[in-house]
Amino acid sequence: MELTRLKRIDEWSWTVPLAPGEKRSEVKLYGSRELLETMDDKVLQQITNVARLPGLVGPAMTMPDAHWGYGFPIGGVAAFDPDQGGIISAGGVGFDISCGIRCLRSNLELPQIAEFLPSLARELSEKIPAGVGEEGDLKLGIPELDQVLTGGARWAVKRGYGVPEDLDFIEERGCMSGPVPENVSAVAKKRQRGEMGTLGSGNHYLEVQVVDRIHDAAAAEAYGLHEGQIIVSIHCGSRGLGHQIGTEYLVSLAKAASRLGITLPDRELASAPINSPEGQEYIGAMNAAINCALANRQILAHLTRTAFARIIKGASLETLFDVSHNTCKAERHRVNGRERLLYIHRKGATRAFGPGHPDVPARYREIGQPVVIGGSMGTGSYILAGTAESEQRAFSSASHGAGRAMSRHQALKQWRGRQLVDELAAKGILIRTRSMRGVAEEAPGAYKDVDLVAEATERAGLARRVAFLRPKVCVKG
Amino acid sequence: MTAMDKARPAGESYFDHDADIGIIGRGATVEEAFEAAARATFALMTDIGSLRGERSVSLEFEEADVELALVRWLNLLLGLSHEEGLIFGRFWIERDGVCWRGGASGEPWRPELERGVEVKGATLTMLQVRQTEAGWEARCVVDV
Repeated sequence: MELTRLKRIDEWSWTVPLAPGEKRSEVKLYGSRELLETMDDKVLQQITNVARLPGLVGPAMTMPDAHWGYGFPIGGVAAFDPDQGGIISAGGVGFDISCGIRCLRSNLELPQIAEFLPSLARELSEKIPAGVGEEGDLKLGIPELDQVLTGGARWAVKRGYGVPEDLDFIEERGCMSGPVPENVSAVAKKRQRGEMGTLGSGNHYLEVQVVDRIHDAAAAEAYGLHEGQIIVSIHCGSRGLGHQIGTEYLVSLAKAASRLGITLPDRELASAPINSPEGQEYIGAMNAAINCALANRQILAHLTRTAFARIIKGASLETLFDVSHNTCKAERHRVNGRERLLYIHRKGATRAFGPGHPDVPARYREIGQPVVIGGSMGTGSYILAGTAESEQRAFSSASHGAGRAMSRHQALKQWRGRQLVDELAAKGILIRTRSMRGVAEEAPGAYKDVDLVAEATERAGLARRVAFLRPKVCVKG
Repeated sequence: MTAMDKARPAGESYFDHDADIGIIGRGATVEEAFEAAARATFALMTDIGSLRGERSVSLEFEEADVELALVRWLNLLLGLSHEEGLIFGRFWIERDGVCWRGGASGEPWRPELERGVEVKGATLTMLQVRQTEAGWEARCVVDV
């Protein structure tokens, strides 16, 4: 990104001055000079487009891991007021609605299970359906799928996937309010019939990780983390149902925007006023997809526990947290001293409520909400905690991943999947996949430095680092 | 280099996008360009040259906007692919005013098929359908 167009606010945040005659809201980009220099110029173009949408409250923002997306940049955050003509945008949520990370903490430490890792990798790769064309064992009819869409992870627990205690540590306590299954097309539901309990492909993964470093001892204790401990992270979303909703509403909202007289700087920002029938229809469908994603990760957590139990006697995996990073949610935030109901789009951004927030589970409330920055399969991931100042800085939002530094096409030219798998094995990281092309596209070198992203997230006051996790086994789709 | 990387029939190509992938279909007519765009999309998921045409599906839709028609064509194919549990390798489409009728053939996924990356859907980003001196070109970014 060409930084000459930006004005530095402080070491970790930047803005874009208005050009003469330009009409838009403020834009704010979080990150270090080094991170921003590596971002594509299209990130700036996309977030500036978001700042032109009606009803925006506060700045249109990018997180330190931002990269070029479609419509919104990935790592984009924007708040809209429904009473001021604020909009809901399918392009501001993304196709993989409620994609997120389920984090499980174990009662195991690396030395005691090191010898079992190859067996565990094999068991997980056999039991976790992953990759294009793979279906799960669970086949649902439309009536039961409607129950998934209204019940979320609660439906899954009722069906015997996991335990009720899991629900305490999932956003929305496992069930998003306001789903309208009738707003989800028959095609979307049919797409999902065989896809419950599947990982997907691309950047989705299941990783067995070890806590390598503690940054904040008090927060780590509250989260039940210690060095050497085995953690599992599951990254996936609402699968075919969410993808279908995204594709259908993208076109219908683009047409609605034109009909409703909303000028879109980019057609991909397909939007309708939150208080319009079109906007409400999408919100009902999106909430249903959020429940689909929560149920999907709940089933995958159960399958993971089953695989661990088969290989390691006495293994126990508790839900640390489950957090989504492709959503738009109605939340109450204080703006200029007044509490307002706002619709917060977080596309490739994680909610990061600070200490004392009522929606943070009681066990973590004094510390703040757990935030997960998923890294590449060769580097590592971070667990962070939401901060009080994030509320004022970014409507309680933070980074969600390392963020891509180069395109998939470029990565394919630079790496070979088999070679990467061998190199990572030599470093003690076992990769299990059916797609060597996918591994090459997801090469660790294709991502930004996750350490820099996590540091910038903390320094910008969005969330503070609690622990660094190093991968040991990675199941890729 | 995998079979998927080698097997790129004429008329299809790709362009760079940070997180996702840009697909391009070219042909003498808009229909041929759409067919090539579909091949480019499905070739991201497997080596479509190795597919058997065991089963076929048909579809139709109405769309006056030719660019939105490209997105709807690709997304209808992706939806049908998942609905029917099939991976497609051959595509055909005809335009009659605002009416588009087409189809695809392929087979159910089998273990021997090479796996690429799942395409979630076609987006409106970098969406363009245009007539050039060389023929028609249809392009957009697909979410993977």
